[in-house]
Amino acid sequence: MMRPYTPKDNVQAKAYYTDRFWVAPRVPEEPVPEEGLYAEDLAAVKARHKVLRAYIQRGQLVIHIDATENFDVLKTLKEERWYEMLSEMSAVDFLAERGGFEVFYQLLNLNTARRIRVKCFVEENQAVESVNPLFRSADWAEREMWDMMGVKVNNHPYLKRILMPDDWEGHPLRKSYPLEGDEFAQWYEVDKIFGKEARDIIGPENRDPARIDRYDTERFARLGHEVPRGAPAEMADKAEETPIRYQEEEGVFLIEKLSQERSKVLDRRK
Amino acid sequence: MQQTNKLRPFFENLEFERDDNHMVINFGPQHPSAHGQLRLILELDGEQVVRAVPDIGYLHRGMEKMAENMIYNEFLPTTDRMDYIAATANNYGFALAVERLIGLEVPRRAQVIRTMLLELNRIISHLFWLATHALDVGAMSVFLYCFREREFAMDLMEDYCGARLTHSAVRIGGVPLDLPEGWLGAIAKFVNDLPGNIKDYEDLLTENRIWRMRLEGVGVVSPEMAKSWGCTGIMLRGSGIEYDIRKEEPYELYDELEFDIPVTDACDSYGRYKLYIEEMRQSARIIQQLIAMYDETPPELMAHAPQYISAPKEDIMTQNYSLMQHFVLVTQGMRPPVGEVYVPTESPKGELGFYINSQGDPYPYRLKMRAPSFWHCGILQDLLPGTYIADIVTIIGSTNIVFGEIDR
Repeated sequence: MMRPYTPKDNVQAKAYYTDRFWVAPRVPEEPVPEEGLYAEDLAAVKARHKVLRAYIQRGQLVIHIDATENFDVLKTLKEERWYEMLSEMSAVDFLAERGGFEVFYQLLNLNTARRIRVKCFVEENQAVESVNPLFRSADWAEREMWDMMGVKVNNHPYLKRILMPDDWEGHPLRKSYPLEGDEFAQWYEVDKIFGKEARDIIGPENRDPARIDRYDTERFARLGHEVPRGAPAEMADKAEETPIRYQEEEGVFLIEKLSQERSKVLDRRK
Repeated sequence: MQQTNKLRPFFENLEFERDDNHMVINFGPQHPSAHGQLRLILELDGEQVVRAVPDIGYLHRGMEKMAENMIYNEFLPTTDRMDYIAATANNYGFALAVERLIGLEVPRRAQVIRTMLLELNRIISHLFWLATHALDVGAMSVFLYCFREREFAMDLMEDYCGARLTHSAVRIGGVPLDLPEGWLGAIAKFVNDLPGNIKDYEDLLTENRIWRMRLEGVGVVSPEMAKSWGCTGIMLRGSGIEYDIRKEEPYELYDELEFDIPVTDACDSYGRYKLYIEEMRQSARIIQQLIAMYDETPPELMAHAPQYISAPKEDIMTQNYSLMQHFVLVTQGMRPPVGEVYVPTESPKGELGFYINSQGDPYPYRLKMRAPSFWHCGILQDLLPGTYIADIVTIIGSTNIVFGEIDR
């Protein structure tokens, strides 16, 4: 029997049904108006740098630039157009389609409440220049981008994993990284505490104490279908129904019966 | 270097045993004043901090990864677990981002309810902050008073949505429920009593000699530093920069409401404390205005957009086509248009933004959550050097960080 083909470059959840005639609508990309503050911002960037594309989407200016110019464009925007806050930056994984990442910088002008998104495309092994000298907030954001996506950042003062442990392998937010973790992730704790040789002794069923196995007859109670401790797995499905008795039906007494007269009921707090 | 198969502590190239007078200590990750799992590695010269390295990730659950594997409606309860002190603010931020991606208008009654819940959450969050901050600094009774009021506010949340901490009280396209009977009266009583209660906290703290000595001049964030580090919310306004997303980029009903944005030039923890107090008063004022607005609204609670939002329950139960659409939306999920959107909202902690990149699938292609606490925690590495070890708890407290949203 042949195993069905599953793509390895994007293992995220996918829609199981899509109408073959359905065309996805698009969020409108409006042209940048001739006049106004956004037009001035765009003109300031265009005067010095190459702008690949520029449009307004949902009220925010989006500029596509060359990845090598990211520092200079952000510097121009900060120093000439007063975009003084880098409120967010990260990357989007397009490795499967285009062989790289889209890095975006979300900038904010505090004086006029304008937001710009500067986007650039980096190849898989291409590094972007750190914007840490312009915005200190990029320090942690770039570390997170490196940790989660594996986008390298040049001249970062301390490029180290931030959310995952230091000795982690792989970059969890890549599309090729499965949701439940790869083999390294699944054995991480066992490898670390007991060593790799303990994998066979412990086995996949014991590596995660929170794991729930529906055939487990020892540690997982199946209400109404309890089986004796240590019973073989086959028994779990065949087990006779255990009668459930309720206290109201003169069953097991868990608490003393509630007496309305002896208890005080508050109609409201305080 | 660490041997990968041995459990041995690994201290990030830090020498714990040193020849000079410096000492390296670990603050956390289980320190009660670290407000979660913050591990702060401090290099000390006597009692003075020379270097501080915040180490995060102990609560990392990979929410952004989970978002890529869930349909939009499925993901909404996960956002509760970001800033779990004010869960509705996260639900709302996500719902608003999806609504803006789709281009959806929310009915007015839902807007009133949402704004009310957001402000109630702001009060809950600020009360929690004041309680724990006072406790960190050593004022026990303030903690008890604040938790009493917070309990009433949580009861209101419970009466509305059934949950006290993880609300999920906002849905994409509106709210699921109308206000229960008598709820408006209860919240009116709560917000009418609140200013009096706030006065009690202020009587205990504002002119308290110990409180002022512990807070004044501690944790000074200069305006340049605040801007550079991407500080938002009270961290920004405490440094003299007047920027509140509710005023500058209004969403929901904030452009119709009257409220003030308190700002201070103090830049220190004491200035921020005063802002928190004032913001609670303003939130009470907003809720009072919203109570008056509620009665004039038509009864619709969810937006009418059959392609994205399920019809009301009565329609689903009585009309075939509504049932079919509901079935498709539950099993396959809505498919927003191709595009991307970044939507900031003013959560109690600061600017909570959701960046959604949609490729027209029922799953977001990329979802990035801009949590304010992430940067408010990062600033510690610049803020702590030069301060004394006794002030560290005060500084961490006054940044109001929550680890659910730092690690996500």
